[in-house]
Amino acid sequence: MDLGPFLLLASLEGLVQAAVLSLSALGLCLVFGVLRVVNVAHGEFYMLGAVIAWLVSNTLIGHPLSGFLLALLVAPLFVGVIAFLTDRMILHKINHSPEATIVVTIGMLYVIQQSVLIGFGPDARTIEPPFYFHINFPWFGYSGYKLSVILMAAVLLLMVWYVISRTRLGLVMRATQLDREMAQVLGIPVGWVFGLVFASGAMLAALGSILIAPIRQVHYLMGLDPLLMSFIVVIIGGLGSIRGALMAALLIGMSDGIISMFFSPTLAKMFSTLLVALVLIFKPEGLFGQRQS
Amino acid sequence: MSDIIDKNIDQKKRKSLKELAGATGIAMAAQFNPALVGHVFGSDRPIKVGMQLHRTGIGASYGRWYERTAAATVNLINQEGGINGRPVELIVEDDGTDPKRGAEVIEKFATQHKTDVAYGTLFSHVVIGSSPRAGELKLPYYVVSEGYHVASGALNRYVFQPGITDVRSQMISMAPWIAENLGKKVTMIFPDYAFGYDHRDYFSLAIAEQGGEVLEMIPIPPTESSFTRYFPKIPRETEVLYHVLVGPGVLTFVKELGQFFGTRERPRIFGYIDSLEAVDFATPQLEFLQGTHFWEAFPRYVQPNQTQHDQYFRGQVGVDQNGASVNDPRDISTYSHMFGCWETLFIIKEAMEICGYSGPENRSDLVEATESLTEFPESRNHPQGSKIFNGKIHQCFGIQHISRVEDSRLNVVHTTSIEDGLYEPETDYLQMSL
Repeated sequence: MDLGPFLLLASLEGLVQAAVLSLSALGLCLVFGVLRVVNVAHGEFYMLGAVIAWLVSNTLIGHPLSGFLLALLVAPLFVGVIAFLTDRMILHKINHSPEATIVVTIGMLYVIQQSVLIGFGPDARTIEPPFYFHINFPWFGYSGYKLSVILMAAVLLLMVWYVISRTRLGLVMRATQLDREMAQVLGIPVGWVFGLVFASGAMLAALGSILIAPIRQVHYLMGLDPLLMSFIVVIIGGLGSIRGALMAALLIGMSDGIISMFFSPTLAKMFSTLLVALVLIFKPEGLFGQRQS
Repeated sequence: MSDIIDKNIDQKKRKSLKELAGATGIAMAAQFNPALVGHVFGSDRPIKVGMQLHRTGIGASYGRWYERTAAATVNLINQEGGINGRPVELIVEDDGTDPKRGAEVIEKFATQHKTDVAYGTLFSHVVIGSSPRAGELKLPYYVVSEGYHVASGALNRYVFQPGITDVRSQMISMAPWIAENLGKKVTMIFPDYAFGYDHRDYFSLAIAEQGGEVLEMIPIPPTESSFTRYFPKIPRETEVLYHVLVGPGVLTFVKELGQFFGTRERPRIFGYIDSLEAVDFATPQLEFLQGTHFWEAFPRYVQPNQTQHDQYFRGQVGVDQNGASVNDPRDISTYSHMFGCWETLFIIKEAMEICGYSGPENRSDLVEATESLTEFPESRNHPQGSKIFNGKIHQCFGIQHISRVEDSRLNVVHTTSIEDGLYEPETDYLQMSL
């Protein structure tokens, strides 16, 4: 294949990767930004989203599009409720202590993963894409649904931006993040805001997995990669920096796509982890984070 | 976009980053060591067969059918009086398709369950990880793996593969047909671990002997979930695309391969059925496979010349004429591999009867008895076909099939002979002490 088409395919693959990664990394980043805790079970919420989507789309008889759209509504809500309850029933009780939360979410990782293994089984399953549309470039073919993933992710990200920056809910979240004591004094129910943010983080991960599920397969171990990639993105972007997370997701997604194709996927992973090491050494606040003066 | 966080980065940042990095490491370690479930039986009177099963992990779909096949075989053996007048008990332990866990399972069989043999492993990295422990514990270990690792001499005297032909033999037997009918310039896509390396090493040799060459080798990690990125490496002058893949992503792999080629002219495709074991050929987006060829050890779809032994085997295990479960047509079997579990158990029975096996103190006699076997004629106990067994390399040799995809099913177009797959042995396990 010539360089031009090669680069085009690599870029498309990178953009799909970046689209899904930005959603799941944004979820992780949001939780850290507001709650100051690390959610190690983030990848399992991602996996749970895809599993619920599979259940919904397989239960509903009819056109795959209706099943997919229903899954897009139901699965994040279900995951959100689980995450909200986790926060209220466990994390709230340990005062969102950063160290204890890591231990608790590792426990959650096992509980969710093994519950899905028992209930859903160990097999990889498929979700029908909502539509079959195939683009035939002169040099290679490409799935139209994959391109739509990029668009859908962009729309979802815009919606997140709107909620955070233009709504009362977003204002309350930002206020809680800036100074939780002052927010509480001003009458903001900080505990509930924490619950909502934790649920939102999990829902963003679930949305990412639902978009990708018709391309890949649903499997109880599918949360590992997104968890690691989200951590990589959030560390490179700067902990808690939403702009940083989005830029880093684009950087990692594109570099992964291009390096994977021109060299090897293993080298792409090495590049990402090397970048994490360099950032931790030379700019520990992340590429887009700010050092406190 | 408004940035809600940047303004409030505190001095704990570096500490938090370290915690985050640490947590990532812990999470990774945790992921690779899932909690596992097994059955424990109490009595030590029956013949205990410890089945090392891929009940979870990337080999789970094989594990499901290996377990069903083994259970059906044990039922049959027990109905017919057991082994040496003793009932057979199958003790199943999940290895999570993980080599480290596999070695632990072997140890558990030998020390806790005190099984007479270990049996039934498929994935080659688990076999390679478990075999040294089986050798140290002097526990006869009968694998159903296909890998060349047994016959290569890399393992030890306690490891046998008597019920399924190894990859090297399969390659040698099929390469002439591929070179003659599909093409000689081959690009290979294979899993990036032991089993894939057998394909890489021995198919390239086999096709070279036919005057062909491998233009490009594309290894893919078995845990991979996205594949399009690998396909641009397929050289334009490729005549035959040879693919073999395992793991939970196989269907995605085949679908993305079809998307990549689209409606353009594509090379001829020869695949190992492993790439679509437990997957229905009638799945949407697999239409592009029409006219491509697959290796099968045992035809999934009932053929016009079906033997009575195949019919009997399907009936006992619960497989319909399309290779799916009789209880659920969407539950597709791993038909080209699981017969090995059936045949291997009958071989263990035969060897135990030869040496008058009575308990773990006779394990070395069992090894020698197995080594003394030479052939397994096609029969109810060996439904896949006749095989010859080489006791020096602990490996059997049988027939192979090449099938063509027609109307979302596989029809056999060529069957090799046992002689087509023979090679010069590279080792002699008989020289190893017991």
